[in-house]
Amino acid sequence: MGESIIELKGLTKRYGGFAAVDHLDLTIDKGEIFGLLGPNGAGKSTTILMMLGLTEPTSGVVRVCGVDSTVNPIEVKRRVGYLPDDVGFYENLSGRENLIYTARLNRLSQNEAEARVDRLLERVGLQQATDKKVGKYSRGMRQRLGLADVLVKNPEVIILDEPTLGIDPIGVREFLELIVALSREDRITVLLSSHHLHQVQQVCDRVGIFVAGRLLAEGNVAELSHKLFSDTEPYIIEATLGATGVGNGGTHTEALKDALLGLNHVKSVTFDEGRLRVGGAEDVSADVAQAVVNSGFRLHSLTMKEYGLDDIYTKYFEGGEVYGKIA
Amino acid sequence: MEKLHNAIDRLKTNAWLTKTSDAVNRLFTGARERSANRVVHPFWIIVQKEISDHVRSWRFNVLLFLILLTCFGSLYTSITTLVDELSKSKNADDPFFFLKLFTLSDGSLPPFHVFIGFLGPLLGIGLGFDAINSEQNSGTLSRVMAQPVHRDYLINAKFVAALTVIGVLFFALGFLVMGFGMFIIGIPPTAEEFLRIIFFLLLSVLYVAFWLNLAVFLSIRFRQAATSALTAIAIWLFFTVFYQIIVNLVARAMAPSEMASQEQLLGYQQFIVNLMRIVPSQLYTDATTTLLVPSVRSLGPLTMEQAYGAIPSPLPLGQSLLIVWPQLTGLIAATVVCFAMSYVSFMRKEIRSR
Repeated sequence: MGESIIELKGLTKRYGGFAAVDHLDLTIDKGEIFGLLGPNGAGKSTTILMMLGLTEPTSGVVRVCGVDSTVNPIEVKRRVGYLPDDVGFYENLSGRENLIYTARLNRLSQNEAEARVDRLLERVGLQQATDKKVGKYSRGMRQRLGLADVLVKNPEVIILDEPTLGIDPIGVREFLELIVALSREDRITVLLSSHHLHQVQQVCDRVGIFVAGRLLAEGNVAELSHKLFSDTEPYIIEATLGATGVGNGGTHTEALKDALLGLNHVKSVTFDEGRLRVGGAEDVSADVAQAVVNSGFRLHSLTMKEYGLDDIYTKYFEGGEVYGKIA
Repeated sequence: MEKLHNAIDRLKTNAWLTKTSDAVNRLFTGARERSANRVVHPFWIIVQKEISDHVRSWRFNVLLFLILLTCFGSLYTSITTLVDELSKSKNADDPFFFLKLFTLSDGSLPPFHVFIGFLGPLLGIGLGFDAINSEQNSGTLSRVMAQPVHRDYLINAKFVAALTVIGVLFFALGFLVMGFGMFIIGIPPTAEEFLRIIFFLLLSVLYVAFWLNLAVFLSIRFRQAATSALTAIAIWLFFTVFYQIIVNLVARAMAPSEMASQEQLLGYQQFIVNLMRIVPSQLYTDATTTLLVPSVRSLGPLTMEQAYGAIPSPLPLGQSLLIVWPQLTGLIAATVVCFAMSYVSFMRKEIRSR
């Protein structure tokens, strides 16, 4: 792991008695793409606002690029680009004029601003729409314009709050590819907040799961699933069985069940109309296949299921009792 | 035609002329290039943008049209009455003849300063009522705040920009009226008259600034632009229409008996006048009347002793200014209070996207 660029220590924000963010500790390294994942109202946006110094934390420390955001927000904002969810532009100005305004607020001269803005507009693929009024832009175009707007100041870190909200699937894919390219080429650190699991899974190096103001777990997807399901069954094997020549009686399936439960590391076996689900503490797929065939069943398919963010997500958010298991 | 062509050709070949035009061109392009390479402080960038937004907006242009219309309307009535008066009185050596351009009326339309007093608040409210909440609602506020600028730059810049626009507009109007006046009646203003008009214009800008700040404060307070506009107009209507009625009610209820002493009467009068002076429009009217009508010697009640022996001549500018000094400070104070309120509430506001 490289040097850290965002450090949050014991960060807390209270609105009255309600803690929107509760003792948050988080470190993000330079050059990585970090996904902040959580349901609506989990405190993601509040955390981001505190990172930019737009809201003061009740307690705790935020350091971005080594600068304390609460004490010196201007310096932080000089280095950090922020794309709010549902970004707004001045509708009566063209896309180019909007970006030039941002560039000039970042103390660029008119000439520098124009040159940089034209280059960025080309990079995000808006060169055809530069002089069109932003009011006539589509949602996806606005979002790309927003990304260009964030890049105008040559940031070290970009923070994207729900960047893919309301864009069509192709637009989302292009947008995410753009983000990955930026991060890899310019070594920009990206913090992405979202509640779209698949998108986060596609692009993020690491993911933090954020619920009710607390970070429940962080790590890459494999680490997360290991952490979360280690005490039960981290490996799930699913098999489809065919009808056999030996008949389809209950005795056969009972025998198979016993045989499987007899295997090492197998914790549970469920059988449901030709579908078999085996939960194990280790990868036992080969043994399972052997046992199935030995029992005289036909094996149509056998898949080793890896936990995706979906499962992690539902596991966290389905029941109250799971909250805080790892945190 | 042929001759003209020849002449133009000869002009073109004239070395001196081309040299000068080249030099002028160079000067201009040089200046343009220099300004294009200069890094301007972000505050002035915001001011620039706000001014261009104002000038290009429909709203401002409609207000401008209204004000131009009333301005020329009142100019017309004042000039027609002026001519009548001049022929009637034959007294051309009135030292403040020119000022009558701003105050005279034939009764069909109010004079210039009353019109400005009436439309000024509307202009201020029109320029300020959606200053902050429209930016918040369109999501641009959080984007601008994510740039490396101090938060108060935005609100200060909005104030400065609107004030610049109002200032330029009022001075242009004032000078336009003066110019037309000179053109039509053929009498130039004296230096004192000119100064009085300048003070009057400054006062008008200040007065509009008060309403502008009030509107900006409301635009921070209320999320919907319509709510803040309505509230501002309600306050304006309350002060221009209903407050007078309330004061009249109070005055009638408190009226001293006929047996009351002179001191009591005086105190009562003073109290009612002070009640009226809580209203900014009253302050403005008092101040402008004193400035534009130099024969006004006091804004409160005068006793016979005080008036006795006074020479019925107009006051010099210094004395008129002294009379309106309380009004002026009152207006400045009201403006500053409104600005401070909007400043504080804006600095404390949490900026979220939409």
